[in-house]
Amino acid sequence: MRRHLPVLMTLAVFIAGYLICLAQFPSFASTRVIGNLLTDNAFLGIVAVGMTFVILSGGIDLSVGSVIAFTGVFLALAIERYGLNPYLAFVLILVIAALFGAGMGLLIHAFQIPAFIVTLAGMFLARGMCFVLTTDSIPINASAYSDITDIAFPLPGGGRLTFIALTMLLVFAAGVVLAHFTRFGANVYALGGNRTSAQLMGVPVGKTTIRIYMLSSFLAALAGIVFSFYTSAGYSLAATGVELDTIAAVVIGGTLLTGGSGTIIGTLVGVLIQGLIQTYITFEGTLSSWWTKIAIGALLFAFIVLQRGLSAASVRTR
Amino acid sequence: MCRCRWRFIIRFGEAMPLLNERSDLLEIKELTKGFPGVQALDHVDFTLYAGEIHGLLGENGAGKSTLIKVLTGVFRRDGGTIRLDGLDIEARDPADALSLGIGTVYQEVNLLPNLSVAENLFIGRQPHRFGIVRTGEMRRRSAEILSAYGLDINVTDPLGSFSVAIQQIVAIARAVDLSAKVLILDEPTASLDAQEVETLFRILRDLKERGIGIIFVTHFLDQVYAVCDRITVLRNGRLVGSRPTSSLPRIELVSMMLGRELAAEALHRNQRPAVTEEPLVAFKDYGKRRLMEPFDLAVRPGEVVGLAGLLGSGRTETAKLIFGIEKAESGQAFVDGKPVRIASPRDAARLRFGFTPEDRKTEGIVAELSIRENIILALQAQRGWLHQIPRRKQDEIANRFIKLLDIRTPDAEKPIGLLSGGNQQKALLARWLATEPRFLILDEPTRGIDVGAHAEIIRLIERLCEDGLALLVISSELEEIASYSDRVVVLRDRKHVRELSGAEVNADTIMTTIASHQ
Repeated sequence: MRRHLPVLMTLAVFIAGYLICLAQFPSFASTRVIGNLLTDNAFLGIVAVGMTFVILSGGIDLSVGSVIAFTGVFLALAIERYGLNPYLAFVLILVIAALFGAGMGLLIHAFQIPAFIVTLAGMFLARGMCFVLTTDSIPINASAYSDITDIAFPLPGGGRLTFIALTMLLVFAAGVVLAHFTRFGANVYALGGNRTSAQLMGVPVGKTTIRIYMLSSFLAALAGIVFSFYTSAGYSLAATGVELDTIAAVVIGGTLLTGGSGTIIGTLVGVLIQGLIQTYITFEGTLSSWWTKIAIGALLFAFIVLQRGLSAASVRTR
Repeated sequence: MCRCRWRFIIRFGEAMPLLNERSDLLEIKELTKGFPGVQALDHVDFTLYAGEIHGLLGENGAGKSTLIKVLTGVFRRDGGTIRLDGLDIEARDPADALSLGIGTVYQEVNLLPNLSVAENLFIGRQPHRFGIVRTGEMRRRSAEILSAYGLDINVTDPLGSFSVAIQQIVAIARAVDLSAKVLILDEPTASLDAQEVETLFRILRDLKERGIGIIFVTHFLDQVYAVCDRITVLRNGRLVGSRPTSSLPRIELVSMMLGRELAAEALHRNQRPAVTEEPLVAFKDYGKRRLMEPFDLAVRPGEVVGLAGLLGSGRTETAKLIFGIEKAESGQAFVDGKPVRIASPRDAARLRFGFTPEDRKTEGIVAELSIRENIILALQAQRGWLHQIPRRKQDEIANRFIKLLDIRTPDAEKPIGLLSGGNQQKALLARWLATEPRFLILDEPTRGIDVGAHAEIIRLIERLCEDGLALLVISSELEEIASYSDRVVVLRDRKHVRELSGAEVNADTIMTTIASHQ
């Protein structure tokens, strides 16, 4: 029971928040709002899945925001300026990002450098590359984009489950399977539990570390693709600070920042809580959107204190 | 039946011929390993039969841990051969050693507390289909494996939610299930209670029957005699000897370990009359609610009073009250017959009390600081940090105690964390002796110290009290406490139940007092 307490708390916060919104704005019950909630937060959700694996393993990935921006800029240039087939561009950027992540993982493992430092360097590197490529915001007008964004399943009540929302849900489903039902998933938890013990027990530490950061960067690029559907443009300054929003979503979702404990589903709820606050402020109309950050900050504090309390309690009962 | 049982039977079958011939399972010849300045292993031979429990003993620095680390691939050997089942092996790392058939279980269990018991047993080899782990199958097999060890626990609970004893059994089960032929247990019993130790021994005997060779490293001589078939003793990186337990008297074992005759320091102290009859320190009705029942206690100069009792009986709590770490709510303290107030360790230090805590690592030493800085700490604190002790004086004090207590170190500037446990303990003693205390409290002064240093600490205690110091010593080793105490206070359930003196001070009486219901 105690194991599931953090994620249950997250769920309780989400339900409470949703009920408050519903009491004030009855239209929150409409499938239109729910559909938009999923669509608007799709890219955040996708990165957050990767980030959950990273944090579960006891690491951190600060480069994801920059990778999202780089993906947008890369796609805009490749498609608009060099006339590349959009689908080929997607595949290309996913491969590039995966290699980028694998490189970071390799550095972290081979030289025993803290992930914080390596991914900080990765963050500057990717962001810098954006600016080297272009400083302008480049619109993407390819027909493939409108084709994809037009895909949506109508929900009863006028809402739409868009392709990008669906992509996020699929990524979450895949994340759940990967984390909880594969050897790779168990290895990730093992790394977060105790790296030395994991090594002694024969967990392939290096391979797992590399794959974790590869996955994170791959999903960041996928999020970048989704983000470019959403904005139909590539811009060097896009998605600044998204890495921090993502970390916040993961922690609010009940994953221990020190690694070893947490769930993918919790992260989904964490993302939705952020989206819910954002939507509430939009509905409210008079509040500055920065109140989102303030609310997230307060929640983050509350959850970190809760985690601390729980782990202290579990030590005491032992 | 299940697959794991089948594997067991097959493995047992393989082990049988070994058992019949009594041939060597593990054969180490001329093993050599050096570190800068130290020859940790010097042409050491060691043989382990299949189906035996083999005690590996030695003082600190004997080479036990180096031997184990070479065996398990943590260190590379400089020379010599290791043959397992007649084949030369060289483990690259612990995981490799495990795959060769050498499993190790450490005192601090090296498993993953955040994963479930089942995952701990199966990580890296989970049964799976199309990449998806078959959790149901894994649980079922885990439960089966553990039931062979008499464990019926929920294997989906995180390992960290179980006691150290259960975690250790899981670690053993994992090592054995990973086809271990050789199982190394490095001080497995240090944090277990008597009943848990008994369970562990039952399991070891069981594994022995199955033809597994077990290397058992421990400091507890009783346990060696309870469970080991043969004993190998190392000293200073050399092999002293390997003998069947049945033909090795205890006294001989200890002298093998120490490299000298024990008779001289026979563990019985002559009862001497106390120097004076006036107590130096006395406590009347001293107590604190929920911590310690009120007690009376007096210690005279030149006297050693022992506090004996089980873990949690209130031994350390008594010490903490006396030293002002916990504030007494009732009663009165006297020094030289005059009432005094002890509300904090500062008060106690001002009265020239000293206290070496039980947990050296977290409460005593400052590992990163040098020996000199550690020794000087209490004296400096007493003088106040504004009155810095001159460096020359510091060196003088440190060197004096290093010599006096025979702290083994090249110089006083070595970080204390690099010393062995016994030498750390001596440095801690030096810290308080430097303040020239009149009353010294030692909480478990010999815990985690090898036999040699053990005897030295005991001799030191006796010497201190001959110098007129009043000593209060806490120890869980009854023989030891009986050997140097003039009187022994027996504690039970946070209460001083009885004070033994004269001929009553012996391990048997202490034990029966602890066990008695009155």
